[in-house]
Amino acid sequence: MTHILIMVAQRLALGLLTLFAVSLIIFLGVELLPGDITQAILGQGATPETVAAFRRELKLDLPPHERYIAWLGGIVQGDLGQSLANKREITELMGVRLQNTLFLAFIAAVISIPLALGLGILAALYRNSLYDRAVNVFTLSSISFPEFFVAYILILVFAVHLGWFPSISNIGHELGFWERVYRTIMPALTLTLVVVAHMMRMTRAAIINLLASPYIEMATLKGLPRSRIIVRHALPNALAPIINVVVINLAYLIVGVVIVEVVFVYPGLGQLLIDAVRTRDIPVVQATGLVFAAAYILLNLSADVLSIMTNPRLLHPR
Amino acid sequence: MRDALSLLRKSPWSARFGLFIVFAYVFMAVFGPLLTPYGESEIVGFEYEPWGPEFLLGTDNLGRDMLTRLIYGARNTIGIAFITTVLAFLIGCVAGFLAAVLGGWTEQAISRFNDILMAIPQLIFALLILTIVGTSVPVLVVVIAVLDSTRVYRLARAVAMNIVVMDYVEVARLRGEGLWWIMRSEVLPNALPPLVAEFGLRFCFVFLLLSALSFLGLGIQPPTADWGSMVRDNATLITFGDFTPILPAASIALLTIGVNFIVDWLLHKTSGLKDG
Repeated sequence: MTHILIMVAQRLALGLLTLFAVSLIIFLGVELLPGDITQAILGQGATPETVAAFRRELKLDLPPHERYIAWLGGIVQGDLGQSLANKREITELMGVRLQNTLFLAFIAAVISIPLALGLGILAALYRNSLYDRAVNVFTLSSISFPEFFVAYILILVFAVHLGWFPSISNIGHELGFWERVYRTIMPALTLTLVVVAHMMRMTRAAIINLLASPYIEMATLKGLPRSRIIVRHALPNALAPIINVVVINLAYLIVGVVIVEVVFVYPGLGQLLIDAVRTRDIPVVQATGLVFAAAYILLNLSADVLSIMTNPRLLHPR
Repeated sequence: MRDALSLLRKSPWSARFGLFIVFAYVFMAVFGPLLTPYGESEIVGFEYEPWGPEFLLGTDNLGRDMLTRLIYGARNTIGIAFITTVLAFLIGCVAGFLAAVLGGWTEQAISRFNDILMAIPQLIFALLILTIVGTSVPVLVVVIAVLDSTRVYRLARAVAMNIVVMDYVEVARLRGEGLWWIMRSEVLPNALPPLVAEFGLRFCFVFLLLSALSFLGLGIQPPTADWGSMVRDNATLITFGDFTPILPAASIALLTIGVNFIVDWLLHKTSGLKDG
């Protein structure tokens, strides 16, 4: 058991180190890239006074390492600084939006994970059947679709022609839980269609990989039905890669929301990031970028840890 | 040539379909100006004109011919994605082969740096850099190429690692061949098959990422015709039940499907798997 703890601790330490390095890159990107940021934002015609004032506002007159330490210290204490565009506290801007984004990702996960696992197990069960081939072509295609393509097709079908769901998901706190779920369905469905394919293919591959192993052959020779072999014998051993791909796709969900939020005008973190990029509101971009990167790294880290913890060979060492 | 033909005869329908799509797109991209009735950003009518004999697919939000822009879009979007992918492969392969051939701390340094870059989601990273440097085509190409080269590096290094332990590489080293010669003449030819399949996949990713950025208004800038931004500019039409704005998105989807089908077939052939 102890060496598992050591491995987990190693991964955690590595994750923290990565997070630190990422914060460094996000912060120093402004520094390292060529060109003067103030001129890029204010334009060529800016007077030296405005440039100087702007530099002071961004605290660009301090040396980079001091600024970095102040910035990181602020983040650790929950202070992300102020937006350049409207001078509001970034934590205040992000609070509700972060919740909304997590809500969307959560709904998408609730729909997509059971769906993907179910379809994947069925595809493994009826391997090389017409169903399997149809699913294969379908998933290969849906991986190739840009998110906004899926989103607009859903809008065209479900919002415009059928009128079942709104094409704009403006949710707010005054709405009840089910109303919020109802308005979130369309973006969640888009995300589901984007991630299901990958998860399903990996589930199928993980199970099929195991089907060639001797213990499965033994179970077949015992005369067990195929469905029982797959669900009871193959699935538990295929769990590690499946959990891995599920968590990686969750990480993708958190990031993939950016485009979906823009299409559906969903008031989430992605929308905030895009608006900030357009207005070149650097503190907001840095803060939201860091939050996204942190969520991504943490989820990938938990995928690592979970696949270590569910690996029977590591759990029961000889 | 005969080999290629017999290979093609044995290919599954999906791969043929993919090849057909890719050739059609390349044709459209190369002969774009000859095929189009109007100029790329020429305003020829009113805004949002419906489909008709004069404008086969109607006009866009500024009164430019949709079909013309769709065809020019092939040229711009595919062209830029292709250049980006080539650049990503140049960076990724050189770094990957260097790491494999030199080994030791060079490999450690490149690999750890690569790990960190890969830990940041690509779209977020791209957005961050574009905020700082601003959007222009060269910036876009370099940024996406560097971000994508991290994935190429991983594969290139892994493949090259298996090659540098071969006897013939050892012989070349003992013969006193230079680093560059070993990378180019010993490693590269033997690493080619998996890299070619990867090229298709990476092209799809780059293509989708570029389209996504353009769709967000941060990629290829107007008035250059580009499929991502065409969807964005005309999206309002969708709420009136018109599917014209989806056509550029469908063009993106079709090309990536085509490339994916080909890659699937190539991987299937090189891995020797019959199913799975």
